[in-house]
Amino acid sequence: MQFFGGSELSPSPPTPTGTGTENNSHMIYIFNRNGVCLLYREWIRPLHTLNFQQDHKLMFGLLFSLKSLAAKMDPTCADKGNLGVPQLPGQGCSFHSFRTNTYKLNFMETPSGIKFILVTNPGTGDLRETLKYIYNLYVEYVANNPLYTPGTPIRNRSNNTRHHTFPSLF
Amino acid sequence: MTAAAPRSGEAIFSSFERVNAELFTLTYGAIVRQLLTDLEEVEEVNKQLDQMGYNIGIRLIDEFLAKSKASRCVDFKETSEMIAKIGFKMFLGVSASVVNWDADGSCCSIILEDNPLVDFVELPDTCQGLYYCNVLSGVIRGALEMVAMKTEVTWIRDVLRGDDAYELQVKLLKQIPEEYPYKNDE
Repeated sequence: MQFFGGSELSPSPPTPTGTGTENNSHMIYIFNRNGVCLLYREWIRPLHTLNFQQDHKLMFGLLFSLKSLAAKMDPTCADKGNLGVPQLPGQGCSFHSFRTNTYKLNFMETPSGIKFILVTNPGTGDLRETLKYIYNLYVEYVANNPLYTPGTPIRNRSNNTRHHTFPSLF
Repeated sequence: MTAAAPRSGEAIFSSFERVNAELFTLTYGAIVRQLLTDLEEVEEVNKQLDQMGYNIGIRLIDEFLAKSKASRCVDFKETSEMIAKIGFKMFLGVSASVVNWDADGSCCSIILEDNPLVDFVELPDTCQGLYYCNVLSGVIRGALEMVAMKTEVTWIRDVLRGDDAYELQVKLLKQIPEEYPYKNDE
């Protein structure tokens, strides 16, 4: 499904698992390597407990610690730093997702430190291809946008409409 | 599940939307001309080209990572190979090779076979100190900084100055690990 003009984006959006009609995704976060939340959108979020600043910090801290933990517990890698020692982004193994009984959190980090988090229904399958697709969108609309300053939250109006149509992909 | 190997530079280059090479060369030439007129000092122009390249590099890295599906390089050797074989091929369509590794693997030279930026260009006597392609050194420096490597990139040989090839020296200064950005008391 094409929802933007211009050339076909490759790869094309992956076919979703599960039914295609309901909205599977609850929230999306995009962070950069300094912890700045570049983008946050929510579609289904019945309970708000914290204000946005605290929520973003909590999310970023959670991911940082989980990555550290996953790298430390890696049985295949010979050389491991101590837990808490800062690692190069992308080094060591990185976790992809965790699932609870009410939601699933999917995660992808690029070597440049951009982190994509998608919180969805627990029934969704492996969303790594979808996250890669979102990364391609990020590159096309954000990194290549001359009016965007890297490291600041994404505010462009046209980006908002794109993200509104995005959940229908799932 | 094994990670997919990064796509080759040639494959990505042919799948991209491309712009006319002459348009690109002439646009770049016009930019340098304008900088020379505005700034007059050759050193200032070199610095400005490097800064422009840096700004391009910090965005280009995401496009490179997304299109080539590359994962984290294990060491600096692999990084330079990626830049030379995939990066240059993907964005400029030129082949480059990596030579002259020093003893501890932190410094290498990238030799470009040809350089589309300098078609039709001759440096006049008044601009002899100008590094015409300095934007490329800025691009590499900016891109590597976004993947946690602080580098210094300089031109060793430049055909416009009378040498026989384009040689860039890339020196890794240090790797910057990821740190938790928030203070603990917040």
